[in-house]
Amino acid sequence: MIPQSFEYHVPKTLAEASRLMAQFGADGKILAGGHSLVPMMKLRLASPKHLIDLGRIAELGYIREDNGKIQIGALTTHYKIESSDLLKTKCPLLSETASAIGDVQVRNKGTLGGSLAHSDPAGDFPAAILALDGEIQAVGARGERWISVKGFFVNLLQTALEPDEILTAIRVRSLPARSGDAYVKLHQPASGFAVVGVAVRLVLDEKGSIHQAGVGITGVGPKAFCAVAVENILRGKSPSAKRLEEAASHAADGIEVNADLYASSAYRTHLTQVYTRRALEKALERASGK
Amino acid sequence: MSTKLLGERIKRKEDPRLIQGRAHYVDDIKLDGMLYMAFVRSVHAHACIRKVDTAAAKVLPGVIAVYTGHDIKGKLGLVPCAAGMEGLKIPDHPCMAMDKVCYIGEPIAAVVARDRYVARDAVDLIEVDYDPLPAVTDPMKALEKGSKLVHENFGDNIAFVAKLDAGDWKAVEADKTIKVIKQRFINQRLAPISMETRGVIASYSPGEDSLTVWSSTQIPHILKTQLAIMSGVDEARCRVITPEVGGAFGSKLNVYGEEGMACFASKHLGKPVKWIEGRRENIQATIHGRDQVNDLEIYFQPDGKVVGVKCLIVADLGAYHQLLTPAIPTLTAMMILGCYNIKNVFVETKGVFTNKMATDAYRGAGRPEATYIIERAMDLVAHELNMDAAEIREKNFPSPKDFPLTLPTGVTYDTANYQKTLKNVLKAAGYSKLRKEQVRLRKKGKYIGVGLSTYVEICAMGPSSRMPAGGWESGTVRVEVTGKVTVLSGTSPHGQGEETTFAQIVAEELGIPFDDVTVYHGDTFQIPMGIGTFGSRTTAVGGTAIYNAAQRIKEKMARIAAHKLGIKPGELVFVDGKIQTEDGQKSIGFGEVVAEAIFAKQLPPGVEPGLTEHCVFEPPNYTFPFGAHIAVTELDSETGEVRLRNYFAVDDCGRILNPMLVEGQVHGGLAQGIGQALWEEVVYDENGQLISGSLMDYVVPKAHQFPWFETSNTETKTPVNPLGVKGVGEAGTIGSTPAVVNSVMDALRPFGVRHLDMPLKPEKIWNVMKAGVKA
Repeated sequence: MIPQSFEYHVPKTLAEASRLMAQFGADGKILAGGHSLVPMMKLRLASPKHLIDLGRIAELGYIREDNGKIQIGALTTHYKIESSDLLKTKCPLLSETASAIGDVQVRNKGTLGGSLAHSDPAGDFPAAILALDGEIQAVGARGERWISVKGFFVNLLQTALEPDEILTAIRVRSLPARSGDAYVKLHQPASGFAVVGVAVRLVLDEKGSIHQAGVGITGVGPKAFCAVAVENILRGKSPSAKRLEEAASHAADGIEVNADLYASSAYRTHLTQVYTRRALEKALERASGK
Repeated sequence: MSTKLLGERIKRKEDPRLIQGRAHYVDDIKLDGMLYMAFVRSVHAHACIRKVDTAAAKVLPGVIAVYTGHDIKGKLGLVPCAAGMEGLKIPDHPCMAMDKVCYIGEPIAAVVARDRYVARDAVDLIEVDYDPLPAVTDPMKALEKGSKLVHENFGDNIAFVAKLDAGDWKAVEADKTIKVIKQRFINQRLAPISMETRGVIASYSPGEDSLTVWSSTQIPHILKTQLAIMSGVDEARCRVITPEVGGAFGSKLNVYGEEGMACFASKHLGKPVKWIEGRRENIQATIHGRDQVNDLEIYFQPDGKVVGVKCLIVADLGAYHQLLTPAIPTLTAMMILGCYNIKNVFVETKGVFTNKMATDAYRGAGRPEATYIIERAMDLVAHELNMDAAEIREKNFPSPKDFPLTLPTGVTYDTANYQKTLKNVLKAAGYSKLRKEQVRLRKKGKYIGVGLSTYVEICAMGPSSRMPAGGWESGTVRVEVTGKVTVLSGTSPHGQGEETTFAQIVAEELGIPFDDVTVYHGDTFQIPMGIGTFGSRTTAVGGTAIYNAAQRIKEKMARIAAHKLGIKPGELVFVDGKIQTEDGQKSIGFGEVVAEAIFAKQLPPGVEPGLTEHCVFEPPNYTFPFGAHIAVTELDSETGEVRLRNYFAVDDCGRILNPMLVEGQVHGGLAQGIGQALWEEVVYDENGQLISGSLMDYVVPKAHQFPWFETSNTETKTPVNPLGVKGVGEAGTIGSTPAVVNSVMDALRPFGVRHLDMPLKPEKIWNVMKAGVKA
């Protein structure tokens, strides 16, 4: 429970943080809320030589809406997202997801950016950002770029970020008319992480058919993923109970499903299907204003 | 009359400092020149050690010393086992392994360094060359001929076999109307997981040749004796201090190798040495609890009268004996008949060595296992006969008039009214309504379960004749010159709240304010003798010693007061800070008598100066608290998830001195008992690797997983001690596990499954439910 020694850096600006990242390369590691990295360091599963704490960079903590898009700074805590009035009305999926993370203490310290950059296979925010088809902003030596979330999660604890890049913000669409969000999660009783977590955004057309479906799933495979088969089955169709169930039965298609002490791969596959259907039902209920 | 204190919800004296973070645990203590210790632990469950290379660690700047098992050989005594049953095999248990390791986490080398970071870095620099051996992990397979052996020198893996055989089994077998149900139950291995892990500081003074040890323990006096023997320091120059202890649940009712190593290193280096256990070490190398395979046969008449219980208990003891390892399963045999008047019993208990951490006392220690076995069995009989779970229990209860009741297991239950607790819990839960709701919901494809458990347990441990090293307890009451009162107890409470309870007893007896009494425990220099806190004994045994000491103080003060007032001592009572006649006509201040006693100007002839009384209470018997619990569970028929919807507990722990503390004990106990039923399990794989090695995997129950507990009490006093108290520390844990499992099995009844083993993880239930309802 005692980490190896490391040097601790506290940049005051993003530019300074970027310089440090460029300087230390693979020896450097970004510290945000510390709720994934610090436990790994205490177990000596991670032993960075330089820790670059973003905690004093005020410009990274914000939630704002511009032109129908919500943008959130990477250092925004889960608690800020959970309790934001703007998000509760304009992007409730993020508030609902935040409220399902850890406990109060974790939510007070853990950050959106940290959760995404860590690409924990059971992290909650990856599922939500996938369902919202969001974009992720990265700042590095070559400047700033926006990465589509679809290509962001590469593998277990691996993202599309370059070694010198810092995740600085995310951007998602505000809740359109006739749409509904939902995040449902089965908490592993020891860790509180997702045995399965399913995030859904459903957008209906004027006739009540499904115009667009976004389904992000976490806890099930080596990384969070979009349930493309489910999305495809639903797009353009009327949302009958039977159709939701049929679509949900494809939730884990093509995924090598995790097995652990809590759930075998067969059981987790079943849970993924059930929880996907429940998330779809909940999102539909909200989209239809019921 | 003075303020009534006993039976009142008095707030805990210890809470302000604990809540405000101002209390001192072992890790808060810092001594001049203190060094820090860390351990290299085995990564194999079973292996020979070829070589331990410490060269690189020794030269790391800041490292003061590195020790291996061979460095302590002949210089530091073995880890002690106090259990002494006939024919018990006791393997040598050095504080660190020498040539062979027998479980994951066994200490192999110790580093002492100037700070804990250097110590930890040095651990990574020590290379151990292992020659792995096949691991013995399944206790049933360990019993087979030709099994690999944990300890080669013993020839088999059986540590002991104990038999209990009473009644007339020939008559049972001859009666053809008697039916039998056979069932295997698994009481799975659990980890106690106290919030504060273990920790110790040893400080040896070479000039005085004396040793002071601060340890997070439940048994400071026993620890002092054992560390003196192990380290070779004269016991009269050894002192153990127990600062605040952040939970223990039986896991610190022990003497550990790490405590021995801290003493050894401090003596060797002449400096204080601190060791604080990490959480992973805590799950690996602090004792585990339970871990029994129970093959049960229950014999009953067609009318539901149970006539006999047979059980083969295979107890997985792990690799070595800790302090009470082999004794724990014998408590299971002792309590296997539960609260039923059953005339015939046969129990064979086999203690088995495996390549795992030792099991030992964990909250309930042997009794939760017994209660689980008999309470599950009563439900199986009820189902077989199509009787109601409450009805079958009532049918087999002894009458309140039958007490004291000696059972064929050899124990004598003091007092009880099982009918009353059962009646109260049925009423509290709305039992018949619940049954109707259950039928209604089943028709809709929804499944709720109603589970009952009526338990009795054994507390107030115990008569010295039946304990390994004394079962008495000491208490001292000392009235200071200013009239303030100091109470010393040989017990060692670690969260239970006896600083409050003991002060209530003394303040009420002496007729003085509650705030004038201060209770001390956990320092062997201050407290002349003691056994400790475990087995729900602290108030019943330790509180009685204090009560008796207070009586002696009163007798002496009454003599002095009577002398001053010119009356007989027997006419005086202690109220409102005064010592007075019943009618209040003649009176003298408490402080005035104290001054007289200590300044000794005009003492009655033959009365010694001073007001200090020390008593040792030897309990004539155990006490037997009991209760009735109901758990209501709801199953998710799609996923098998269990939701505990309601929980009702009616407990009888004898006379209640502080209802708030009783509730606290029951709530905590319920959480841990329910934890065993639904979530908790220490899992080793077939190679003896610990799979549930962190709190990411091992489920410690959390408040949000529980409904509000509906608790209440009945009060059936015990004649075993003058306070009439029985004990409540473990009751919740003992009563709740079978209530929850019975509830889930009751919910699953339409699916035609008789039994599932704990923990009742959703996947097991889903596997049953997906097969569909049986006709």
